Order: sequence, then C-alpha cells, then structure tokens
Amino acid sequence: MNQGTDATAEKLCCRDVWKIFGKLPGGALGQLRNAPQRQHEIQTLPGCTVAVREADFSVREGELFVIMGLSGSGKSTLMRCLNGLIRPTWGEVFVDGRSLQAISAKQLRRLRQEKMAMVFQHFALLPHRTILDNVALGLELQGVSKKRRRAKALEALELVGLQGWERNHPVELSGGMQQRVGLARALAVDPQILLMDEPFSALDPLIRRQMQDEFLKLAAKVKKTIVFITHDLDEAIRLADRIAMMKDGRIVQMGTPEQIVLEPENDYVEEFVASVSRAKVITARHVMADPRPWTSRREEDPLAVLDRMKKEDLQCVFITDTDRRLLGVLTREEAARKIRGGSAPAGCNGVPAIGPDAPLSEVVEQAASSIHPTPVLDGRGRILGVVTRKRLLQEWKQDLEG
Amino acid sequence: MNGIMEVLTTKIPLGEGVAWLVDTLTTRFSAQFRFVSDMLEGGIQALTWCLSALHPLVFIALCTALAWFIRKSKGVALACALGFLLLLNLGLWESMVQTLALIIAATLLSLTLGIPMGILNAHSRTAYFVTRPLLDLMQTIPAFVYLIPALMFFGLGEVPGVFATVVFAMPPVIRLTCLGIQQVPTERLEAGRAFGANWWQMLLKIEIPSAMPSILMGVNQTIMMALSMVVIAALIGAEGLGASVMRALAVVDVGMGFESGLGIVVLAMLLDRIVRPEKTPDGSS
Repeated sequence: MNQGTDATAEKLCCRDVWKIFGKLPGGALGQLRNAPQRQHEIQTLPGCTVAVREADFSVREGELFVIMGLSGSGKSTLMRCLNGLIRPTWGEVFVDGRSLQAISAKQLRRLRQEKMAMVFQHFALLPHRTILDNVALGLELQGVSKKRRRAKALEALELVGLQGWERNHPVELSGGMQQRVGLARALAVDPQILLMDEPFSALDPLIRRQMQDEFLKLAAKVKKTIVFITHDLDEAIRLADRIAMMKDGRIVQMGTPEQIVLEPENDYVEEFVASVSRAKVITARHVMADPRPWTSRREEDPLAVLDRMKKEDLQCVFITDTDRRLLGVLTREEAARKIRGGSAPAGCNGVPAIGPDAPLSEVVEQAASSIHPTPVLDGRGRILGVVTRKRLLQEWKQDLEG
Repeated sequence: MNGIMEVLTTKIPLGEGVAWLVDTLTTRFSAQFRFVSDMLEGGIQALTWCLSALHPLVFIALCTALAWFIRKSKGVALACALGFLLLLNLGLWESMVQTLALIIAATLLSLTLGIPMGILNAHSRTAYFVTRPLLDLMQTIPAFVYLIPALMFFGLGEVPGVFATVVFAMPPVIRLTCLGIQQVPTERLEAGRAFGANWWQMLLKIEIPSAMPSILMGVNQTIMMALSMVVIAALIGAEGLGASVMRALAVVDVGMGFESGLGIVVLAMLLDRIVRPEKTPDGSS
C-alpha cells in the first residue's frame, strides 16, 4: 500500500532488542551479551525464558506494521518494549530517534502520554467510569481541563461511530463496541503511534471482520503509525503494509504480505502460509500475461491483424493508440466483417478492464462476465497486461495444490 | 536424650517479655497514652452527643433517607425505619446511640489505618510478608488477652473498647483492600501505564476504583466485626447495647437479655444492608 514512502522518516526503531525473563547470577547476562557464541548459549539458559531475541526492525511513519506470531512467540513482549512497559534486557528502542533507554521515567511517561497510545486485547476499560470518562482517560492523565477533554473525547467517540453512548458504562456495550471505546480512548490523545495488542482477537469472527474493515478506513483517515499484533494470518494480510513473522521470540521473516505468502523464506513461514489461500494476496498484476500478442495498433493493417489472430488462435485483440492506451476490442468476426466492408478496425469502446492491484476475486468476477480476456490498465489507461481464463485456471490449480 | 529434652523444655521467657514490654510502655509512655486516650474519648463523646442531640424520629427519618439514597431500594429503607422504631420501642435508644458512636469511631479508625495498610501490602512483598502473621494474630487471639493491657494503657471506659474493637475489626479491611488491588486485571494496569499515569494516578484512578467493590466489602466486614465486639467492650466499661446485655446477665433477666441481644442483631442487620458493596457494573462484586 505504502511502497512509495520508503523515503519517509523512521518513526519507531528496535536495535538488537532482547528480553530475557528470569534470574541469572549477577553479571552473567552482561558477560553473555558480548560472548561470541551467545546465540547458542542463550538457547540453554537454565531457569530463563527468552521472550524476544535480536529484534531488529524499524517502522516508517504512517506505516501499518503487523507483528504476527502464535501465542508465546514474544509478540506482546516486543510490543511492550516499544513503549517501555517492559524494559529490554539488551538493545535499544528508538521513538523518533530518541532512545527509550536513555530518558528518565518522567520523560518516558510524557512520551507515552503524548506520542503513543495502546489498544488492548480485552479492551482494558475501567468499569466504574462512563464511556466518555474512559475515552478521556489519557487526556485526564495529561492534566487537560475537563471541558477540553470532554470535547476531544466526544470527537474521538464520533470517529469510531459511538456518539450517543457517552453516558453508558462499558458493561452495557457489546465486545465490538467496547473495543471501539478502546480505540477511541487511544485516538483521543491524538498520538502519532498506535500500539494495538491483538485488538480484534476477543471478538466474534463476523464482528472481527467488520471491525477490520472499519479500522482500515479509520487508519487511512487518521494517518497514524500503527504497530498491530495478531495471531491471525488472514488479519495480518488484510491489514498490513508490512508483516514481521515471529517464532520463539525471533523475527523469522519481514516483508509485505505478498512477499510473506508468495516468497516464504523458511520452512516455518512456508508451513504457516500454506493454509492461506494465495487468492488473498494475489492481484491482477500477478496473473496477467504479456499484452504484446494481444494488442494491435490502430494503424495496423486489418488484414495483417486478422492473419495474426488466426495464426495464434486469438479470438480477439485489443486496439491501442501509439502510447499503448486501450481504445477498444476487436473480435475475429468483427475484423473479418470490417475487412469485407473496407473500413479499418476501429474497435468499440467500453471494454471492461481492471487495475493492476485488483484482488483476484475481482479479476475472476470480471473474467466471468466477459467472453474476452480481461485487460489490465494502469492509471492512465495504458495496457499493462492481459488476464486470460487459462491463466486464471492455472492459478487456481496452483492454489488448490499449494 | 534427657539433656536435649532439658534444653528444649527450658522455657523461652515469652510471657515475661510481653509483660515487661507492657509494663515499660505503661510507665514510660503514660503521658502519650493519656493523650491518645483523651483525644479518642473526646471524639467519641462528641459523636455520642451529636447523635443523641437529634430527636429519635428525626434520626430515624435521616437514616431511612440515607438507606434510600445509598441502596435505592424501598425494602431496605422500610426495614431501616421499622428496625429503628423497634429499638425505640424496646427502650434501647440511648444504648443504641452509644453503641453506634463506638462503632463509627472504631470503624473510622480501622479504615484510616487499614486501607493504607492494605495498599502498602498490595505493593510491597515485604510488608505483606510481615503483616500477614500479625493479621492472623489480631483476628484469632482471644480478645481478653489484649483487653487487660488495653485497660492498663487507657484506663476504663470507651477508649479501650475502641482499641480492642480496632484490633479485631481492622484485619478484614486490610486483607480485602490488599486483595482487591492485587486482583486488578493486568491489562487495566497496563492501560494506565501505557497512557502515562504516574504512581499516584495509577493508585487513585486505576487501582482504588477497580478495587472498590472489594474495599467496600472490607468496610462492611469491619462494621460487622466491630458490632460483634460491643459486648466484650462492655466488660471494660464501654456503655451501649453490650452494657445492657451485661446488666441483664448479671441479674439473670432472660427477657431483657434477649431484648438487648436482639437490639444488637437489628443494628447489625441494618448497618449491613445499608453499607454493602453494590453489584458492580462489570459483574465482579
């Protein structure tokens, strides 16, 4: 989604972050840190749990970064390192280039108040407060005046579609609504970074899906840097700009959803994504064929075009201008008729086409409704490729086998 | 073998130690004890005076209104009015007021000491470790054992009664406050911290409100325990319903003993129904 934003600033950054729970005799960890074979030795530390190993990544401004892993993979611990709720054993976390390890407790609290907000799996609302006061919690902790925090909290409630509920208590709301309150509470402080710890995992599948859709819309609107934790690969693929896959505390692969699904780098990821339908990440771009055999310039001799169609067994060609912009489609019969009539093949308008990022479901829908192959056009109407039924079926077969 | 038994049965001077401690405290700190005693005495008398200054009917009306205000239940309000009318009818009004003043004083003292202690215990493992056996001691040691030293410290009257009541009634509020705070869900604590709360904000905005049902249960228990001490407090000169019971027992007047005893029960039931943790919105009482 945001592939073009490589140049923007790094908002959050982890440098060689480790978190080891448990006690070791004094100084043992310090010695290990510099040991050349620490990877190996740490595997066998007695009485310790290594929750996060060597986490090294950065999140760009405005990015939706998903940390994905099963329970116990260390993703929650890693997230809590990002806002200092958990102090890493080694390594540093930078927020806007400032190391969390180098600032005072007071500065850290300030940073949490102003820059980052968190959304929790089980909502973590305060049952004794009204919805409005729950949403205003962050502002209250900042010391914002009652009038202003009321106004801002109402604004945040409206953003998540819960206006009119501000006087109720959390227990009166459904799970989905409670999580919206959690989201509103995070948005009310207008943070630059949102940390979301499995926010939709506790919801029913149907509600979850709906929340994901709404969340995507909201995320596009509020433009925050978002770190999102999930154990659900489908959710990760739907939401993420980039995914970091975690296993046993280690990030085993990091990349766009397409990269994760189509180019798994190791057995674990491969096994994990095997169950995912490739259709979820495949777009028209992945299945389109080279358009050259299928196109013909407007100026081309109709006889030559018809000849080529017969030779290559094409039912139709797409007529383009000199800039490869699609003008129309010309079937074999039309071409023959036009030659008999003596006019040049002009092609007809209104050819159904799709964009290169259209998901496979859309491509299939389009292909099913048209007898012609489906042209893939870029933003300026130039033909990038052609999706034939044969290609679609091949893709489907691969998916079934995959 | 005999040698070992001899060593083992050579008595540790525990009792002597305690006696010495009590002796030393009474002689060396008599002025301080007198001061505390006078303060408490003054407080209780003022409270008793305030309560008895109200006409019984005004008092009953106020209590009924309070019951209605807190519980929002017609039943409780009605029971409150009827209960107090019964006490008035039985001629136990004055004793009831004295007992109530004693209970209010003991409860307030228990709460001001007990709630902070509970909070401390929830946050500090050391404090918890030290306090727990102390609480067991306070709750289980027979009251008479500390009534005598209390008499020596404070003299006869209401004050040693309040002291004994506080010793007995404070543990539940400490325990339940501690429990309530320890049971605040981790995520809720994390939410507070993630939004940048400092220690005080965590305590006042997250922990105490979340622990409130449990703390209120502690308050309720403290009041109940305090009531159960009134008869014993009467042994050392505290006035009130307990004293009525004692007097009835002294002359073997079964009827009057029953009436006074019933008075205590009625007062206990009324206080329990009025000061009882409500069902909380999140369902965890």
